[in-house]
Order: sequence, then C-alpha cells, then structure tokens
Amino acid sequence: MTSATDRAIEGLKARATEEGLLDVAYTTADSPYGPLLLAQTKRGLVRVGLPNQDSDALLVDLAARVSPRVLEAPAELDEVRRELDLYFAGKLDHFDLPLDWRLSSGFRQRVLRAINRIPYGQTRSYTEMARKAGNERAVRAAGTACGSNPIPLVVPCHRVLRTGGALGGYGGGLPMKQGLLELEGVLDG
Amino acid sequence: MTALPPFQTVLDDHSGAVMAILQGAVGREGAEDCFQETFLAALRAYPKLGNAGNLRGWLLTIAHRKAIDHHRARGRNPVPVAEVAEVGVEDGIPERDERLWNAVGALPPKQRAAVALRYGSDLPHAEIAAALGCSPEAARRNLHEGLKRLRKELA
Repeated sequence: MTSATDRAIEGLKARATEEGLLDVAYTTADSPYGPLLLAQTKRGLVRVGLPNQDSDALLVDLAARVSPRVLEAPAELDEVRRELDLYFAGKLDHFDLPLDWRLSSGFRQRVLRAINRIPYGQTRSYTEMARKAGNERAVRAAGTACGSNPIPLVVPCHRVLRTGGALGGYGGGLPMKQGLLELEGVLDG
Repeated sequence: MTALPPFQTVLDDHSGAVMAILQGAVGREGAEDCFQETFLAALRAYPKLGNAGNLRGWLLTIAHRKAIDHHRARGRNPVPVAEVAEVGVEDGIPERDERLWNAVGALPPKQRAAVALRYGSDLPHAEIAAALGCSPEAARRNLHEGLKRLRKELA
C-alpha cells in the first residue's frame, strides 16, 4: 500500500521538476559490477559513481559543489540508464548523452574532453592524453585527471593505459577496467 | 556552520514528522497538499538557508504556516468530517482515535499545532517553540491549554 507520505513525495517531486527546482536528479542503476550512482543536472550527466565508491559521500559532494537541491528522481535518468544497459550488453559503442563538465576544470577538463573522443574498442596512453590536453610533459597530471574523472564509463577513462600497455589504475578497481576492455574487445577475456 | 545536506536527506529524515503534524493540524484530506506546499517552499529557499543547524524546526515552522494558510483558505473553521474516508495505519501514526483527532482539529491553531507537535511528532518544548516561532513558555502554555480543552471535550 502506498502511504499518504509516499504519494505526497511523488507529487512534490513532479511539482519540483515542473518549477525547475530539481538542480541535481539522481538514481542508482544496476551494472555487471554492482550498483552505479547516476546524477544529472539541467545541462546533462554530471556524475557517475562506480560500485566501490561511497554514494552518500558523492551526494554530499554534489550538494556542496553543484547545488543542495539534490533529489532522487529515477525517471529523469531513464535515457542514461538505457544507454548504459545497452553498453554493458555490448550493443552500444557510442554514448549520445549531454554532459555537464562543471566538476572538472582547466587542464584536467581538457584531458577528460580528449578522453571523451577515444573511440570504442581503442586505447591511448597517458602521454598521448597529456599532449592532446596541451602539455606533453604533464603525464602524471594526466593520470590524476583520469583518476578524478567525475563521469567514468561514459567518459571512457578505462581506455587510457600506460605506455607499453600496462593497465595503470582505475577508480572502480582494476578488475573492472580489465572487464570493460574485454567487453570492448581490446583484451582477450 | 553546518553544510547543507542533499535535499533528499532532508526529505528522508523529516517527511514523517511533517506529515504527522500536518495530519494533526489540517486533517488527512488537506495534509498531502500542505505537505507538498511545505516542501516546495523549503526547496525554493533551501540553497540560501545558510545553516543546517535546525532543519527540523525550520521545516515545522514552514509546515505550521502552510497549515494556517490552509485554515484561512477554508474560513478557519475545522473541517467537519461526516465519515472517515480511509481506515488504516499511516506511516508514523498509529491507528488513532478519530474522535480525539477531530477534537484536536477543532482547537485554535497554536494549541492544535502544539498538541500535534508534542504527541504527533514527539518533539520537546524547545523544538515546538522553534516550530511555532514563540518562546518555550508560550509553547508550554499552548500545549497546556490545548490539553485542558481536549480533556473537557472528551470527558
């Protein structure tokens, strides 16, 4: 039975959306690696939390850095969830989602935008990413930018490897990076 | 200064209390609408709140105002209920004595709010005072007067 409070909350969220008060909508979505946190602003997808990351902490961070008007609103993220499901099923090789880049800036954002152009099933080195972002010597900073990627999976930082092909690091853990590269056919499963 | 938590957390933590006092203050029929008005007003003002120290008192203050607006809009009279539309247990409120709550609904606004906050939401006097925007003494007096009247009504 739906309680009066649940009904009222549902109505509240619909009215908040209509009035443009929903600054950050979020939901969780299943993935083969565990639950993902998906958060979106009016500009686009702003944050993807990987299964090993603390969702509560990510939401507190969004409240501080974007807006405290953060509400759970699964329907707002239907398209994001749909594309991710297809991706994990191996049926989608290009995300067509508006992105909100505001959680990164400067050199880091340039690195992330360069990563966003790496095609499905291909990899690049941290050095190449540093060069694309305008400073070939800032390899370590490029690595940091990958590590701080607010929108992993969709901005495919898992496609960046060490020169020579070693996996490097991954915010979601190396088994996940390995799994994603196998899915995309870069590595043998 | 405490940072503002995500609004969803505010909703999760306090929606039960807000609904309980509104049901006590305006009855079940009006409570859903007052609830939405309360949280919409809160959501509009939230980014400028500045301090998350007493979110509950802040929300209850807004809820109290919305309840008063509701009563004003209805000519301030308590709504006579011919029959009880729904029987069941709403979250946060045990199955209750309709006669008692009708009597609560008939109290003057401040007494009604004090009684609902004390017994519907289990708030201490200081928080009732914050919610009503009055001194703790005045809150206690309203509660006392409200209870006295209820005892007389229901005797």
